Amino acid sequence: MLPIILLSVFGIVLLFMGFLKSKVLLLPATLVFILAALATTFTDWGKTYLYFQNMLLTNNLAIMFTTIVLLSAFMVVALSNSFIEDEQAQPAEYYALLLFSLVGAIMMISFENLIMLFVGVEILSVAMYVLAGSDKHSPRSNEAALKYFLMGAFATGIMLFGIALLYGATGTFVVSGIKSYVYTNSYGVSLLLYMGILLLLIGMLFKVSAAPFHFWTPDVYDGTPSLFTAFMSTVVKTAGFAALFRVLSVSFVGVYSFWWAILAALTCLTLLIGNVTAVYQNSFKRMMAYSSISHAGYLLIGLTALGTQTKQALVFYSLAYSLATISAFGVLLVVSRQRQDENGINENFDAFNGLARQNPLLGFVMAVSMLSLAGIPLTAGFWGKFMIFTTAADKGIFWILVFAVLMSTVGIYYYFRVIIAMYFREGAGEPVKVAPFYRYVLIAATILTLVLGLAPGLLDGLV
Amino acid sequence: MLTLSLILLPVVAATLLLLIKSPAVKTLALGAALVELALAAYAFATFKADAQMQFEFDYPWIASAGIRFSGGIDGISVLLVLLTGLLTPLIVLSAFGRDYDRPSTFYSLILYMQAALMGVFTARDAFLFYLFFEAALIPVYFLAAMWGGEKRIAVTFKFFIYTIFGSLFMLVALVYLYYQTGVPGKPGVHSSAIVDFYNLNLTPAAQGWVFWAFFVAFAIKMPVFPFHTWQPDTYVESPTPATMLLSGIMLKMGVYGLIRFLLPIVPVGLDTWGTLATTLSVIGIVYGSIIAIRQRDMKRLIAYSSFAHVGLMAAGVFSQTANGLQGALIQMLAHGINVVGLFFVAEIIFGRTNSRFLDQLGGITRTTPKLTVYFMILLLGSVALPLTNGFVGEFLLLNGVFAYNNWLGAVAGLTIILGAVYMLRMFQKSMFGPTSARTETFDDLSGAESWVLLPLAVMVFWIGIYPNSFLKVTEPAVMNLLQYVVK
Repeated sequence: MLPIILLSVFGIVLLFMGFLKSKVLLLPATLVFILAALATTFTDWGKTYLYFQNMLLTNNLAIMFTTIVLLSAFMVVALSNSFIEDEQAQPAEYYALLLFSLVGAIMMISFENLIMLFVGVEILSVAMYVLAGSDKHSPRSNEAALKYFLMGAFATGIMLFGIALLYGATGTFVVSGIKSYVYTNSYGVSLLLYMGILLLLIGMLFKVSAAPFHFWTPDVYDGTPSLFTAFMSTVVKTAGFAALFRVLSVSFVGVYSFWWAILAALTCLTLLIGNVTAVYQNSFKRMMAYSSISHAGYLLIGLTALGTQTKQALVFYSLAYSLATISAFGVLLVVSRQRQDENGINENFDAFNGLARQNPLLGFVMAVSMLSLAGIPLTAGFWGKFMIFTTAADKGIFWILVFAVLMSTVGIYYYFRVIIAMYFREGAGEPVKVAPFYRYVLIAATILTLVLGLAPGLLDGLV
Repeated sequence: MLTLSLILLPVVAATLLLLIKSPAVKTLALGAALVELALAAYAFATFKADAQMQFEFDYPWIASAGIRFSGGIDGISVLLVLLTGLLTPLIVLSAFGRDYDRPSTFYSLILYMQAALMGVFTARDAFLFYLFFEAALIPVYFLAAMWGGEKRIAVTFKFFIYTIFGSLFMLVALVYLYYQTGVPGKPGVHSSAIVDFYNLNLTPAAQGWVFWAFFVAFAIKMPVFPFHTWQPDTYVESPTPATMLLSGIMLKMGVYGLIRFLLPIVPVGLDTWGTLATTLSVIGIVYGSIIAIRQRDMKRLIAYSSFAHVGLMAAGVFSQTANGLQGALIQMLAHGINVVGLFFVAEIIFGRTNSRFLDQLGGITRTTPKLTVYFMILLLGSVALPLTNGFVGEFLLLNGVFAYNNWLGAVAGLTIILGAVYMLRMFQKSMFGPTSARTETFDDLSGAESWVLLPLAVMVFWIGIYPNSFLKVTEPAVMNLLQYVVK
């Protein structure tokens, strides 16, 4: 559990580094900190450990999710050089908050006690509320922060209520303790348990922006500065699904027949709303918000069809999704800043017009990430969807598979709007300038997406 | 290893081409395609005419799930490997006449396409097949949408969504079949090798829906009536090399899929629904032919003729007879050769006159003896005159369809008459008659153009006069396949 300790300490160190006149050191220092945390994560590889009086549990699955989260954070920080140039920004605070939120994410991934889940969710969320409002002079950013905070606080409250009911039903907060309660009382579990499960699910589904708890997502994603949107849509989602998987696959697997139908209905609703609404967006960023809802839907399929393959599918999907999302936001960040229209930063689809001709590299990065999000073969996203689909097939839930396939056809429509704008439309303006390091990060993410698309067996058998 | 190099060579060559910014990129692309042709020809020449997979490769891919990266060439795929190898250098060469913007991207996309097509025809794992099946779409989509005509964006997008929609249902079917396989006594162990799908005990209901999932995927690709609406517009709007790839090779993916998947995996489904599927195919033959007669745009006319011809191939496969299958295999080769040649002729005429409309052309034959001869040869192949390649295929196909159902066979037979009508009409309106302002000065074929048409003309006669050099190669595999058919 070194990463939790390290990241907390590093976060405080970063806050103090903010006193320094020079901001140059902040970015490399943060990257080194994240790498250090990543390296120490692997000290527990291959074993199962309980930490801090059975509060946290690490195993290979938790380590894989932690890796994805830290990798996403690494990429987001690496793409954050615009803060250093921005006079208004306070990078030290931002980086510190990012590290703190990672502590929360890791706790959500490896909790063994539901209290830890709650604390993790809160640590992650509070940091995100602040970051959502970090563009202080933008009304949209302020709105995003307020909206996210009000709705988020409400959802966490509901979740806490659920945890309390679970305690009332089972007499324990421990994940495996609830499991044994369910097994010993398999013929007469308390009603409170069902209520607790429902309320806990509502709280968590809010965090991963599944329908019908998704209403905050478009406004918050849209208003938040793009970089933090990238962080939000990858780290929060990965951690949220890791937490959902742990609680559903350990504690509540005995009452699968109770929650699977609810989850199946919500899965379909999420897929429908996410995909269909995304079609009607003119802003790329709002499209990405709805796309993130739809990806929550695909990930939910894995949970609905909980089985032996679910964990592998969730890991692969989260990784593929995170890589593609961060590179897409990375391209959006430079393009929207340098191709402003009369309203300032241009985050609409037309900002990408002709990009592939002027910046073949950015065009290619964006194209690969869109293909990956759309689930087109030769990208990691295809195998992510494939593995998710096979979990449903393994359980024999074919109707959900057919529905998901229909929805991914809809997805192709809106992801390809970007490709069409970049490659087939004429664009005006100068080529976009990209800093070398920034470019390397994007290239690395794209190569990783393609490598996983060609050799999906690389992650085979790790979890 | 040979099969793997057939897939990898174009990938490597295309990736290197992307880095080259000199005008030599054309020649290099042609060189790479010729090396690939040599490999494909070597594979064809050394192929042993039996029912076995040859030149195999096999590596673990997702080991824990039993998904393997494996491929090979058998009697069903050998002609398509040859076709892909043969047509790609000709398609590259045919593009020399026009200066395409960003040539390195253009030619490398053609080579990527070739790699994906080779992958489709040689994959032995169902998911590997699916991967290449969809991957083939991406290069041709970019080719069509970047260098296409005025309405290219909307038209190619429709094409893309349409075809991928179909193939996603195939993915559902493949996943379903994959979960039906298993090792006795070992739950949770599955295999995605295509041959392991052949002996599954599927219920009649499952056979029915798997049949439709496959049928829709392949019917959109070919296309079979009523899934053809994307096709004429896409063929017309695409730059001619992309049209050639689409019609010459890519539509064969659909027919190949029918033979490789539909026939042996869901014979009961085919038995139940085969009449309906054949009827749709036959409707396509007549419908496509009649529309072709009315066209004034040469490219659109050839597109509809291709739609009609592929309907006959599908009907031949659905007939589940040795003749029908053999006919489909050899007709795929023949049709690829003819249609690429015809599209190239249309491109030559468009390049000289800036028009593809029959009423604006005429009298070209006065100044162009060479073009006239080649055009005529390809045209006769296309209308299935004896001693040309089209005759062998259409004769076998019609024989198969007749054996399946006399009435459908009789209607399908109209293709010979209607085909002659629209093809000869096209030839007459463009080549004969009074010259128009556009065709007043019309240069005969250049050297490069002749070099594209000459091999095609040779193939037209080779297949027409001595079809056994191809039929004998595919026969054992076809016979082997027929053992799965419901008697």
